[in-house]
Amino acid sequence: MNRNGNTYTFLYAAIMVILVAAVLASVSLALKPRQTRNFEIEKKQNILASVNIESTVANAEELYAKNIVNEYVVNVKGELVKGDAFNTDLKKERAKAPKDMILPVFECKTKNGLKYILPLRGTGLWGPIWGFVSLNEDMNTIYGANFDHEGETPGLGAEIATPAFQAQFSGKKIFDEAGKLVSIFVAKVGQVAPEEHKVDGISGGTITSKGLQKMLLDDFSSYKEFLIKKKS
Amino acid sequence: MSDPLFSKKNLKLLSDPINGSNPITVQVLGICSALAVTAQLKPAIVMAISVMAVLALANVIVSLLRNTIPNRIRIIVQLVIIAALVILVDQVLKAFVYEISKQLSVFVGLIITNCILMGRLEAFALGNRPWPSFLDGIGNAAGYGVILIIVGFFRELLGSGSLLGFRIIPNSWYIAQGGFYSNNGMMILPPMALITIGIIIWVQRNRNKGLIEN
Repeated sequence: MNRNGNTYTFLYAAIMVILVAAVLASVSLALKPRQTRNFEIEKKQNILASVNIESTVANAEELYAKNIVNEYVVNVKGELVKGDAFNTDLKKERAKAPKDMILPVFECKTKNGLKYILPLRGTGLWGPIWGFVSLNEDMNTIYGANFDHEGETPGLGAEIATPAFQAQFSGKKIFDEAGKLVSIFVAKVGQVAPEEHKVDGISGGTITSKGLQKMLLDDFSSYKEFLIKKKS
Repeated sequence: MSDPLFSKKNLKLLSDPINGSNPITVQVLGICSALAVTAQLKPAIVMAISVMAVLALANVIVSLLRNTIPNRIRIIVQLVIIAALVILVDQVLKAFVYEISKQLSVFVGLIITNCILMGRLEAFALGNRPWPSFLDGIGNAAGYGVILIIVGFFRELLGSGSLLGFRIIPNSWYIAQGGFYSNNGMMILPPMALITIGIIIWVQRNRNKGLIEN
């Protein structure tokens, strides 16, 4: 066959593409279970990190099973509904109308009492950001927080995933004294906000900081009824 | 054809790219990833191994196919081969060393655009038999990897005071613990990687006069 002809070129390209596709598809199928397990372990580590429990890849599942005593989902009215808390896809839930949304809650037993862990999801500068925030039994004071992101700028927006930034949240309050939900301000230098509702934002990471603030307010608002019910 | 497997000519394919025609310090290719993944030693080593696997295999495959590849789409064929191999490496990393795959994240995908790969396929594998192509791939990836590892070594040691995660600078030396020492935060950032590579180039040219242009 003429190696420079069109027929040869087309045939060559077609066969190559089909072969490569077959190889990639089969490898992806073969490795899927291991990868899914890795994602799950990471999620468990993040949940544990939000109640200030450090875990490694090796002991995350054991610690999770030991410490997370209950997990369930609620709706925006704060009523218990059926659902799988751990495998709830927040991205899909956020796209639904508020009345159809299901909101996962994890309960964790720690040496400082029972903590309620709420998963959050929002938007940063380049892509999604997400995290877990744990509340004390007063359903107001933050016990710990853990945030992560897909592709925020290293050194700037990506700083939300650092312990130094996350440590600021501990002890902050999300309701004010009148019982109104004010969430947490991620403030720039010079911005005034009550100390107990404020953390310092990230220099050079303004849009990520704003995204985080919006995520906290939006998601706490969804949980508002649940929090009020649980408190009383 | 009757060359022994490790003839002088073949060994030169391995050793040349490590020094005299090093892809990073002499040809100045692959700088982007060399800056990005070298803040710590471990990702630098994993990146070096990944590039070595991809480059050696891609070289062999292209060399085996060299007489069948239609000339007009040869660049596309090379790209498909590299891209497929890179996705394989990425999937394997995600399954077996998830933590590192998170750190390397986009840079594994960027192996596809690493100029060293296309350069070697186009310049060497298309015109040579599989075994020399394999050696050429290993040699060039080693030349790339050596620089990555040297840069990673100094950046992690001076920037974080550890190597491969193990603490090297004793805790009691730090100012916070009442000592006299503080990590150089600048080493963590990409600019210091570029400066480190610059110093390596300087040292290399100083020792190897053949590299100095007139």
